[in-house]
Amino acid sequence: MTRATPCRGDPPITPELVREHNLTPAEYRRIEAMLGRAPTFAELGIFSALWSEHCSYKHSRPVLKTLPTTGPQVVQGPGENAGVLRLPDGWAVAFKIESHNHPSAVEPYQGAATGAGGILRDVFTMGARPVALLNSLRFGPLDDARNRYLLAGVVRGIGDYGNCVGVPTVGGEVDFAPRYDGNPLVNAMCIGVLKEKDLIRAAARGVGNVLLAVGSRTGRDGIHGASFASAELTHESERRRPQVQVGDPFTEKLLLEASLELIASGHIVAIQDMGAAGLTSSSAEMAARGGVGVEIDLSLVPTREPGMTPYEILLSESQERMLVVAKADRVKEVQAIAAKWELGATAIGRITDDGLYRATWGEQVVVEIPGQRLIDDCPVYEPEAKEDPAVARLRAMCPSPEPRAPSPEAAFLKLLDHPSIASKRWVFEQYDSTVQAGTVIAPGGDAGVIRVRDAAFGVAVTTDGNSRYVLLDPYEGGKAAVAEAARNVACTGARPLGITDCLNFGSPERPAVFWQFREACRGIADACRTLGTPVTGGNVSFYNESPTGAVDPTPVVGMVGLLKRVEQAVPSHARQAGDVVFVLGETRPELGGSAYWEAIHGFVGGEPPRVDLEAERRLIDLLVAGAERGLCRSAHDCSQGGLGVALAEVAMGGPYQDAGFGMDVDLTAYSAPRTWEELLFSESHGRAVITCAPERAAAVAALAQELGVPAYRAGTVGEYDGSVRLQLRDAVVHCVVRRLREVYFTAIPRRMGD
Amino acid sequence: MERVAVVVFPGSNCDADTLAAAREAGTDAYFVWHRDTDLQRADIAILPGGFSYGDYLRSGAIARFSPIMRAVAAHAQAGGPVLGICNGFQILCEAGLLPGGLMRNARLKFLSRPVRVRVEATDTPFTRLYGPGEELTVPIAHGDGRYVVDPRAAAELEAGGRVVWRYLGDNPNGSTNDIAGVCNAGRNVVGIMPHPERRTTPVLGGQDGARVFHSMEARHATQHAGAVRALGSQHSRV
Repeated sequence: MTRATPCRGDPPITPELVREHNLTPAEYRRIEAMLGRAPTFAELGIFSALWSEHCSYKHSRPVLKTLPTTGPQVVQGPGENAGVLRLPDGWAVAFKIESHNHPSAVEPYQGAATGAGGILRDVFTMGARPVALLNSLRFGPLDDARNRYLLAGVVRGIGDYGNCVGVPTVGGEVDFAPRYDGNPLVNAMCIGVLKEKDLIRAAARGVGNVLLAVGSRTGRDGIHGASFASAELTHESERRRPQVQVGDPFTEKLLLEASLELIASGHIVAIQDMGAAGLTSSSAEMAARGGVGVEIDLSLVPTREPGMTPYEILLSESQERMLVVAKADRVKEVQAIAAKWELGATAIGRITDDGLYRATWGEQVVVEIPGQRLIDDCPVYEPEAKEDPAVARLRAMCPSPEPRAPSPEAAFLKLLDHPSIASKRWVFEQYDSTVQAGTVIAPGGDAGVIRVRDAAFGVAVTTDGNSRYVLLDPYEGGKAAVAEAARNVACTGARPLGITDCLNFGSPERPAVFWQFREACRGIADACRTLGTPVTGGNVSFYNESPTGAVDPTPVVGMVGLLKRVEQAVPSHARQAGDVVFVLGETRPELGGSAYWEAIHGFVGGEPPRVDLEAERRLIDLLVAGAERGLCRSAHDCSQGGLGVALAEVAMGGPYQDAGFGMDVDLTAYSAPRTWEELLFSESHGRAVITCAPERAAAVAALAQELGVPAYRAGTVGEYDGSVRLQLRDAVVHCVVRRLREVYFTAIPRRMGD
Repeated sequence: MERVAVVVFPGSNCDADTLAAAREAGTDAYFVWHRDTDLQRADIAILPGGFSYGDYLRSGAIARFSPIMRAVAAHAQAGGPVLGICNGFQILCEAGLLPGGLMRNARLKFLSRPVRVRVEATDTPFTRLYGPGEELTVPIAHGDGRYVVDPRAAAELEAGGRVVWRYLGDNPNGSTNDIAGVCNAGRNVVGIMPHPERRTTPVLGGQDGARVFHSMEARHATQHAGAVRALGSQHSRV
């Protein structure tokens, strides 16, 4: 039996208190059995945090275990602060994606800002310098004032944080759908680079080594954020606004530099962010990874205000704090480095050999729990999974014939005006995308591409996910998220290397939701196996539910790819009049789940497009080989809005050109006979549009044939500031590029009122 | 070889980019910490971009009190070249080494995008390798970039040929007279809002910014100026 005594003023442990801590009666009995006694209030708080879904993955672990996590390129798989993949010449890339949905729903600015802060810390605690940020955002439609407020606040929050720390945002995605009304999703991804030999893992070791709290003082903000994130949003959630942490990017920048210097100095053995569940999770996880015990004197932790209790200190989620394990004889050196960066570093505990997780207040033991069991004995649930029959019915439906389809041109313009498809320039202009002087392809392309100083290669990064597909068929939707991310990376010429995933779903305790989750993961796993892109970590975000119901199931895939030579990066847009336009891949009659049906008919249903993973792999091989041989002048994938939108995007050019190129394309002989709706707006996977110099067209066709990718020579790039003409069997679309650009680039600012 | 001190404030985040650009131009560039009190025999001082002290009060308002700023001011007063980029420009204005100040962008949002600027003054240590009236594409990334001076000071700047760079086309932030960069009366202190250090090589989308740094090295080596001026064309040696 472990010993720990309550503090003065602790409330008695009652069933109500246990329930308020989101622990079930069975879980509580397990705790009592483990301790051989009733837990203290502080211990109850610790179990509540570490056994929350957010920290323990208790509903998702068995499913996550089915994801492929190995490969010759994997240096560090799941289980660390971030995953790490091998790059050429001794370099490596550390990366991870994480959600900050709940805080952003009640306090968009700070919620999103601290989301960016947390993911930065996860990456630089691996010893990697953050070189790029991305984010994947979901909101309800912009005709609602609350959704506009959330979008504006989230974007400003991410921008202010990343801009100040000095990490460029090079990509991401924003999507709008009614099911995110009042329940936005904010997923932030960070990429860091390091020399593989400098990698540090967050495993505490060395009995007698010293724990130091580095960075900001501990305040009362964010207490129980982890358990907040593990429950549905209710009308009460607004009251939890004070539980949202407040970010300080200036301190983050100092912490970043200090942490990298500490890691390089050799004075420390481990470092971890005090993120979700703060001091509790960082200390308990580092101890468990290293198989050691820890003892922390909470009275030594620097606090922002007097009178904080052990419970509050253990569970505070104040931002910009690190827990560092210093070698026993190097504490002074660690403190000197922190002081150089104007940060405090206070010794608060030490590594012990008894395997216990112990916290004291001076002499009094207030927490004593077997350390390994605290982490490992969290119950694991395998909830019931069952498809909602309403979704099966939806899949079998088609939109009603009324309203009748508009003219092809009208449909075309309506889609380009759809906020989910239109340019996200209004968003990404608020993010510094060029700091660090490494941005080769900035936001607005298929994937962001960065160079690494002193290296020949480039790194391509993207985030992707389409919730309509996942809603209608989670298995295909999971596959599609990986396939689209891989295609985007490959369009820049990069070889997809691996992924991190952020799995945003409703409550796993509802069978229909858990079925979506399990099937989506099965799809991700199959796609990752075929495309050779292992999963190196990520984040599960359940309970994304508001009083009106769950969000659309939204697995987001963050992918990293390698460009052997960064100067071979291929942009998305046409660059030269007279270039040849190829459509790669096949277009099938797959309007199910399409943006077209949603925008024109207000209908989300039907069979979503099926992903032929082998065909995707061949297309990726073609795009990568084409870039390496310098064949492609531009490459752009087909996704939301189908081939019609993809061709328009290639023609229109980037956000800062004065005009775009025209395009003259004849699709009458392309694919099997299809209606203009199917040809232009089907969202069949495995397709891309490339342009090449006329003298390279034969080589492109030959390479496509060799690699087994259907390549249709569709036409040519027209004059600068010209018009787009698409000839179909049953229609002709003709639009002036200037008009297309106007619609596409003003869709979001017009709705946001500027 | 020119000795170039790149001053690092807590919160500077373009320091490494600026150092690299200066070194690529052939200078002997090194960091100087904000707590240092001398510039270590620098020929040139650069205040890089970033968010010094978080810019929580007013951009550059705290940094000007850093110990190193005394040395920077002395260097400037002795006629030594000083360049402030973005936050560095804000600090130079706060320190009184340049006239005017930088206010919140007119559209009240941070703005990160490439802009077109015209080189208006080529007789500064940082623009001597550009042609008069030459048009450049360089990125901006700032929330407080609206250069503001009173009408009389603006007229003085214009009359004295002290507008160094001017925005072309859309004025991105509402700056007085489309001003993107100015110099002091002695022409040795220059502040610019755009980031030349982010456009020094074709792989970054262009190299229009490189000559800011080559100009520094060319200060005493005008015989090389012609060769380096070729950087303006697509097929230059760098």
